[in-house]
Amino acid sequence: MIELRHITKSYNGLTVLTDINMTFRDGGCYCLMGPSGSGKTTLMRILMGLETPDEGTVAGNPDRKSAAISAVFQEDRLCESFSPMDNVMMCVGRSLKASRVRLEMGELLPEECLDRPVSTLSGGMKRRVAVLRALLTPSDILIMDEPFTGMDEGLKHSVIAYIREKKDGRILILSTHQEEDVALIGGELVRISSSSPDSSQVCKSFA
Amino acid sequence: MNQNTRIRKYFIWLFWIAVWQTANMLIHNNIIFVGPLDMVKALLELVRDSSFWASIFSSFARISLGFLGAFVLSILLGCLAYAFPLIRELLEPVMLLIKSVPVASFVILALIWIGSHNLAVFTSFPVVVPMIYVNTLSGLEHTDRKLLEMALVFRMPLWKQVRYIYIPSVLPYLISGCRTALGMSWKSGVAAEVIGIPEGSIGEQLYYSKLYLDTAGLFAWTFVIIIVSAVFERIFLYFLVKVKH
Repeated sequence: MIELRHITKSYNGLTVLTDINMTFRDGGCYCLMGPSGSGKTTLMRILMGLETPDEGTVAGNPDRKSAAISAVFQEDRLCESFSPMDNVMMCVGRSLKASRVRLEMGELLPEECLDRPVSTLSGGMKRRVAVLRALLTPSDILIMDEPFTGMDEGLKHSVIAYIREKKDGRILILSTHQEEDVALIGGELVRISSSSPDSSQVCKSFA
Repeated sequence: MNQNTRIRKYFIWLFWIAVWQTANMLIHNNIIFVGPLDMVKALLELVRDSSFWASIFSSFARISLGFLGAFVLSILLGCLAYAFPLIRELLEPVMLLIKSVPVASFVILALIWIGSHNLAVFTSFPVVVPMIYVNTLSGLEHTDRKLLEMALVFRMPLWKQVRYIYIPSVLPYLISGCRTALGMSWKSGVAAEVIGIPEGSIGEQLYYSKLYLDTAGLFAWTFVIIIVSAVFERIFLYFLVKVKH
């Protein structure tokens, strides 16, 4: 479980997050939706430990420092001169055999792509590599920032089905601009509006 | 390179060789200037002499060793400077000094400290170290921060960060720096040998060419130096690029 309490964050005087209070339960699936600039990515970066909030705390069980996180970032953040297999194996380590990783990657990617440099792949393929890297790496929390970017509807449905299969009881927090994704993934919709001193920034509803 | 470009390049080389031969015919003084044909004749005579190959091997070994030592030291210093800002600050004036001091000053100092035998090993250092150090540091500083964040989130151990993120980032800078540093180390190495005249070296041969006004021999040895340094550069960069892949 992760609890965000009174999280506030500003950049250069511009307040992005104001008094955010949220709880993410074990095994839960949360879909963050909100306009660009509403703070979704900032919230995710705080959860990943890449940003420190100006105010508030992030508490959890297991505690934040020991919880393993795997993530899909807004950009692919892949090592371009290495293959999809290398990119996944470098994070997976010894927890999975290469043969098993190859089998799993074959669920979302054509076999002939797995050993080519990532730089030769299309945007949609790169995104799938990023998703596979996050799902196959052992972790307690999965954070995915707009994971379906560059995917057509059919592909998105396959990826969502794969995410549901491989979630394995982990906390899943993802952001999306499509409300239909929330129903497909079977998650809890969390709307985040732009920061305002007059109203709460977070509004939850069930998919 | 396509066929047309290759042919074009050959013709450009032929053009300059023709200019060279024409200049030789116009100057018409074998002490001041020789043409390509005289150079080739002198080279063929040198090749028959066993000391020719011994001199090449001797200078090649020393200059290569000097370059490799300087290369490794520069990378180590660059990594330390990246990791520890204090070391970077401490090294800044040192590198500036090394870059500014003439190679001849280093050569004369080296003659006093270590004698002439391993002169070429030493002189590579002041030439190569500032160049490769700066390139290493630049490569490290330009490492993609987003990839480093990814490594942090996924708790990638340092050795994997080095192998998958830092090395691919630094290599293009190193390859670029080496293209210059390799040539410079040969130039400085041979120049040091001409000053120090270590026995059985290319520099010694150049010195005697000057002493006996053997300009054709001088040109022949210069040609040999160009070829040997180009071969070393090709071999070294081949292995460096292999690391990248």
